[in-house]
Amino acid sequence: MARLTINGTTRDVDVDPETPLLWVLREQLGMTGTKFGCGIAVCGACTVHVDGVATRSCVLPVSALTPEQAIVTIEGLSPDGSHPVQQAWLELDVPQCGYCQPGMIMAAAGLLAANPNPSDDDISAEITNICRCGTYNRVRVAIKLAAADNDATRNG
Amino acid sequence: MTRVQLSRRHFVAGSAAALGGFSLGFHVPFQAKAAADAAPAEVPEINAWVVIHPDETVVVRVARSEMGQGTLTGLAQLVAEELECDWANVTTEYPTPGQNIARDRVWGSFSTGGSRGIRDSHDYVRQGGAAAREMLIAAAAAEWDVPAAECQVEKGVISHPGSGRTTTYGKVAQAAAAVSPPAEVQLKDPKDWKIAGQPLPRLDTRDKLTGRQVYGADLVMPGMVNAAIKACPYFGGRLAGFDAQAVTGMPGVQRVIQVDDTAVAVVADTWWRAKTALDALPITWDEGPNRDLSSASIQAMLEEGLDAADAFIGAEAGDARGALAGAERTVSAVYAFPYQNHATMEPMNATAVWTPERCEVWVPTQNGESSLAVAAEAAGLPVDKCEVHKIHLGGGFGRRGNFQDYVRQAVGIAREMPGTPVKLLWTREEDMLHGNYHPTTRCKLTAALGPDGEVSALHMRISGQSILASVRPEGMVGGRDPVVFQGLVLDNPEGSFGYAVPNLLIDHAMRNPPVPPGFWRGVNLNQNAIYVECFIDELAHAAGVEPLAFRRRLMANHPQHLAVLEAAANGIGWNEPAPAGRHRGIAQIMGFGSYVAAAAEVSVTDGQLRIHRIVAATDPGHVVNPAQVERQVEGSFVYGLSAALYGECTVSGGRMEQENFDSYQVMLMDSMPEVETIIMPSGGFWGGVGEPTIAVAAPAVLNAIFAATGKRIRTLPLKNHDLA
Ligand code: FES
Ligand code: FES
Repeated sequence: MARLTINGTTRDVDVDPETPLLWVLREQLGMTGTKFGCGIAVCGACTVHVDGVATRSCVLPVSALTPEQAIVTIEGLSPDGSHPVQQAWLELDVPQCGYCQPGMIMAAAGLLAANPNPSDDDISAEITNICRCGTYNRVRVAIKLAAADNDATRNG
Repeated sequence: MTRVQLSRRHFVAGSAAALGGFSLGFHVPFQAKAAADAAPAEVPEINAWVVIHPDETVVVRVARSEMGQGTLTGLAQLVAEELECDWANVTTEYPTPGQNIARDRVWGSFSTGGSRGIRDSHDYVRQGGAAAREMLIAAAAAEWDVPAAECQVEKGVISHPGSGRTTTYGKVAQAAAAVSPPAEVQLKDPKDWKIAGQPLPRLDTRDKLTGRQVYGADLVMPGMVNAAIKACPYFGGRLAGFDAQAVTGMPGVQRVIQVDDTAVAVVADTWWRAKTALDALPITWDEGPNRDLSSASIQAMLEEGLDAADAFIGAEAGDARGALAGAERTVSAVYAFPYQNHATMEPMNATAVWTPERCEVWVPTQNGESSLAVAAEAAGLPVDKCEVHKIHLGGGFGRRGNFQDYVRQAVGIAREMPGTPVKLLWTREEDMLHGNYHPTTRCKLTAALGPDGEVSALHMRISGQSILASVRPEGMVGGRDPVVFQGLVLDNPEGSFGYAVPNLLIDHAMRNPPVPPGFWRGVNLNQNAIYVECFIDELAHAAGVEPLAFRRRLMANHPQHLAVLEAAANGIGWNEPAPAGRHRGIAQIMGFGSYVAAAAEVSVTDGQLRIHRIVAATDPGHVVNPAQVERQVEGSFVYGLSAALYGECTVSGGRMEQENFDSYQVMLMDSMPEVETIIMPSGGFWGGVGEPTIAVAAPAVLNAIFAATGKRIRTLPLKNHDLA
């Protein structure tokens, strides 16, 4: 059993405590926006926010989380895709296959929450998600576009 | 304007009008259900490509798969262009492979690979749009009792100027569905395009920003169980045994199932529990006949081929061997390209439900018809008792086309649990160990260089693996694999060699290690471009001639090849000095029917490579969506440079050594250069977009590295070399 606060709602989940948050989201809670890519914290497809910090959920057992910690997933970043990062992504038509994009968007939103005006080097250092389709340059421009939106520090 | 006769096959209206009816007796995933609801069966299709609802929604049916390359949007643009509908009303849907077969393959091929999505179907999808337009106009004209020729249409509004009457597609669609298709239609001249040719946003972006896009890995069905699988990691090996008792009591575990003679799967209520139990399952492998296979033994096998007497000829002019034997000065070099894994971000998966009467599969696939054939075979049922539902792919790159191993496995597991939907999802480790790898080849190039830098002879000997011999033996021509010579053959619309060398021999010593090869984005153009373009650069330096001028002389007979090369070189500022500390390289090739070139600017500081900029130029003949072409060029560079910089799958003890992204490194944001794309369609042909440019990034960068360091990198990946 784990008690988790996800997208503003606290709930009890009947689950083996060692289960990674990723699989609790995807399988117990039906929130499949957060993706499985590698399972070893390398690719970033599973990125969510824990207390505002971009976190790879595939290696984070739910036993390590408390109900006081606020978990935000792509489904909760905004109710309707209106978060500045999502809006910038839409304007620049960033996704290709899209599979890595929820993780990319969460990583970008996490970066902007901590650093509202990231430099190119900041972006390169902080966004280490893998995109096999190769959307990196548009991701970079979209982060800058979202940064120009003064609402971007809003955190889900 | 082109007048075309319509082939009857593509234009006969189906008896089952709309596609909505998934009345197949199984639960369907929510997304498919939603699509079915959106297209209620009472709305008749105009023809196989077009359904128009009373609310003016235009549903364009797309047979090719969307895997990120934008083909869904591009093909819809082509249909909508001829249809003359309002683009704002356009949505898309996939017909199923079963429907295609039931309707005499009205949608043609479902295969999505070889950069063929648009170039192989533009004619009949445009005809489909044009025929639907004529039928809609005819229906309005009949209602008004005026000649159809007096009617006009714009953005889905039909008007008759003589009488001032107007109506809309949505209002006449029902009547139009009953109109006989025209015997011939006129296709627009691309210069008159308003929807096609425009940099329109993709139709499939929004759901990818909110997590709503459902991939195969995300499917949930009522009563569904989850399977995790391990197949024998040794090439040619088998499953020797496993101890199911050891895991049967573990949480959620329902079954431990042997899948054919190579794999074992654990089925549980959740995938995480299935995987956890699978990891705990004691398994023994029969390593099979290849346990001594290693990267070193494969290299030795290929090296032998470099000088072997027998080889298949791909291109020949004059007498290369004789000219080289008598040449005063020859230059020679050996290059090598390693195995690569596709590593799509979404691991392989398929969801299947089987009963003795019927089998259905939901799968991200580049070829729904291949999936259907494999599903039927694995199900032990006739094809018409099976169906495949295509789902957007989380990356394809060639892995999800010919190879439907995951479908075979999913159906195999589902057969053990009749009536229960089973979702099979691979781990990344399974994906890395069971690839259909980009084949490995080596290449020895020898050229005769004259006193003024003229190349009088060139012998290019490729030694290595054939994809077709393993994957599609029926495509072999007299024992020869023509795909090995991508970009290297003479006067071929798919990809001509761009240099005129009077004595030329390009041949292939086929050496097939027991590692399964596959089509990997760009296929053999990847390494062929590196071999040719780096070696040409070597020759230019050996001759003391600047590399662009050196190429120009060899390319006089290939103006289209030269045009893209000049454009890329101009774009990078080839004629002006590079900024301090930066160095440049160029490359060109033709492949997948398009002319492509790149110019790269790099610096190397204390052995650290930084790629600053790449300018790409491409002439694909016609361009349907320039914004998507730009994205494909950028994306292809990431894929190609990932391979050149980091990518290699190495073999040890008869299996691959890399199991995840920690050991199979790929390019990240921090090493991504700026990319500028010059799109220069010259018309008159239809070339591909998704793949060709992948091939020029690596040689342009390698040539720039030589300019920066004097080091000639001939074996990839670059990470194995010290640039300091
Ligand atoms: S799935 Fe978590 S980082 Fe890759
Ligand atoms: S958009 Fe396909 S992996 Fe990033």
